[in-house]
Amino acid sequence: MRSLEEILLFAVVATDFAVLGTSRLTAGIRATALQGIALGLLPIVLEPSRSAHVVGLAAGTIAVKAVALPWLLRRAIREAAVRREVEPRIGYMASMLLGAAALAGAFALARRLPLGERETALLVPIAFATVVIGLLVLVTRSKALTQVIGYLLLENGIYLFGLTQVDRVPFLVDVGVLLDVFAGVFIMGIVVFHINREFDSLSAANLSELRE
Amino acid sequence: MRLVVLIGLPALAGILTYVLPSARWRTVALLATAAAHLGIVGSLWYRPPAPALGGWIAADPLGLLVLTVVSVLFSVVATYTVGYLRIERPRGGRAFISCLLAFLAATSLVSVSHHLALLWVGMEATTLAVAPLVFHRHDRRSLEAVWKYLVLSSVGIALALFGVFLLATAQPVGVGRPLVLEDLVARARELDPAWLRAAFVFLLVGFGTKMGLAPLHTWKPDTYGEAPSLVGGLMAGALTSCAFLGVARVAQIAVAAGLFSFLQPLLFGFGGLSLVVAAAFIVGQNDAKRLLAYSSVEHMGLLVLGLALGGAGAYGTALHLVNNALAKGALFLAMGNIVLVTGTPVVRDEAHGMLRRSPVSGVLLLLGLLAVTGSPPFGMFVSEFTIIRAAVTEGHIWVASLMVALLAVIFIGIARVIVQLCFGAPQVDERVRESPWLVVGPCVLVGLVVSLGLYIPTPLHETLTSAAASLGGHGP
Repeated sequence: MRSLEEILLFAVVATDFAVLGTSRLTAGIRATALQGIALGLLPIVLEPSRSAHVVGLAAGTIAVKAVALPWLLRRAIREAAVRREVEPRIGYMASMLLGAAALAGAFALARRLPLGERETALLVPIAFATVVIGLLVLVTRSKALTQVIGYLLLENGIYLFGLTQVDRVPFLVDVGVLLDVFAGVFIMGIVVFHINREFDSLSAANLSELRE
Repeated sequence: MRLVVLIGLPALAGILTYVLPSARWRTVALLATAAAHLGIVGSLWYRPPAPALGGWIAADPLGLLVLTVVSVLFSVVATYTVGYLRIERPRGGRAFISCLLAFLAATSLVSVSHHLALLWVGMEATTLAVAPLVFHRHDRRSLEAVWKYLVLSSVGIALALFGVFLLATAQPVGVGRPLVLEDLVARARELDPAWLRAAFVFLLVGFGTKMGLAPLHTWKPDTYGEAPSLVGGLMAGALTSCAFLGVARVAQIAVAAGLFSFLQPLLFGFGGLSLVVAAAFIVGQNDAKRLLAYSSVEHMGLLVLGLALGGAGAYGTALHLVNNALAKGALFLAMGNIVLVTGTPVVRDEAHGMLRRSPVSGVLLLLGLLAVTGSPPFGMFVSEFTIIRAAVTEGHIWVASLMVALLAVIFIGIARVIVQLCFGAPQVDERVRESPWLVVGPCVLVGLVVSLGLYIPTPLHETLTSAAASLGGHGP
């Protein structure tokens, strides 16, 4: 089980960096969907008991993070007809390096934290790093859709950290899935925004035609 | 039981109004729910409620204060909504009242939550309930405003959730019920201080974004500028009070754990910066609604400063919370009347001489100006004075002098705009008929702020004092 946990956490880091390094929105969406699957499987691996709650959490996480949100994002791309990120405020190479620095910093920080050996080895540092990388994407990218992907990384990091508490405060992590409601609202907001913009330009054209 | 009804009733009414067929019935449902809510909250003052749901919801003095101002403000806004809907037709008609009721349910939940995760859920629900209300016109400007609001407050709320997780980590296994406020405060010394500090920082930044503390306030001018005035009043009065309650809850735990010296500089920083930013942007501002937004930033800064001072400052903060909610509500509603007459909150040629065009709203605006800038005899004078005096007695002379100087600048900045709106010759010199629905509510609020400046009733004084004690302070 230990090695499976390591593989899943490694997948989380890999998808973090995939989001940081790509300019194609579809690649970013695919990375977040993969990350959603890894996050969904983690509670089952971490909790050998496999209670109904843990299985439900896993199923819910995969349904929301790996299926529903990526589907909404793809739809938003189609509606808005955007494919690529325009030049980000920090280049892709530089943001990869910043991400690596965040990861190293998270490992150094986690070693000094008063937590069990199991959590501090991988889970907590990767959770911290995912939070920071999410914020980085959110702040440095200019397309609204990429910002949503950054927000998803941010909340995935928080979810990962919450997994350390899953046996103590049972419904806490489930509450975190509520954050995804926000992400959903965002994506719908983008769709509305673009529909609205098309509508705006159409009506403006009509107005000018009515003049002499 | 009554506490559960306070949350459940508006939530159910919100669903009911969505399916009700006629607009008349929807407004009746809104008024009835607001009245019932106010009645139940009033009964809490006579007979304190027992905690419900295993101690997850309860009404302690601080929560009761927030709950009461929310309920009073909402009742006033509900009556105002009746008059507003006769003039304006916000898009998405029936959803408008449903969202208002959902907002009441969410703010009530925040006020009575004594479980930190439940409080967080309520806080997220307020954001979701308010967003459609801001986006009422479905045009580009309101879309941009709601987008900014959603982006910033979702990041804030995500960081706050991280803070809740950190707080859960700080509580060792077996030390009280997980995340229940009473147990956290009672056994605060057994919490891990390192995790608790981290939790405090994240929760302060998260809920501080919802409060609109500088430098996390950037959504506020846009959102308040674009939202209908009654929604702006609810946000500036009720929503910010709830967000402050979130900060105060963590502060309660941190103070009980003996971390006051850790949180004091943080709160000073956010509070002082809020005052400076508010003063800088109020001077030269011509859009009256954006002006009110910066005034809200100022008052949030004052609340946090009072918290940071401790001692009598905590009493001043609790009183200021009440005054701010009432005065902001009155001012936003009066401003809403002006916007209904002129069509714009910006000081331009057509927006002069409001005292002649709509005398009641004009007078309300002037009184609101005096109330919100802390002039005597309004309640805010008393609470601001209490906070400034606490700064002197606790030995922070520089904080006191900074506050006095900035409050003077802010007074001049706000007065300039409101005086221009009220006086002068109107472009169209005809008197507008003012519907009683639109003026009675704000008059009540102004009356309450004046009476709080003259006399604080004993039950309120006792509640304020115990609220201050729970924040580590004492009465004046």
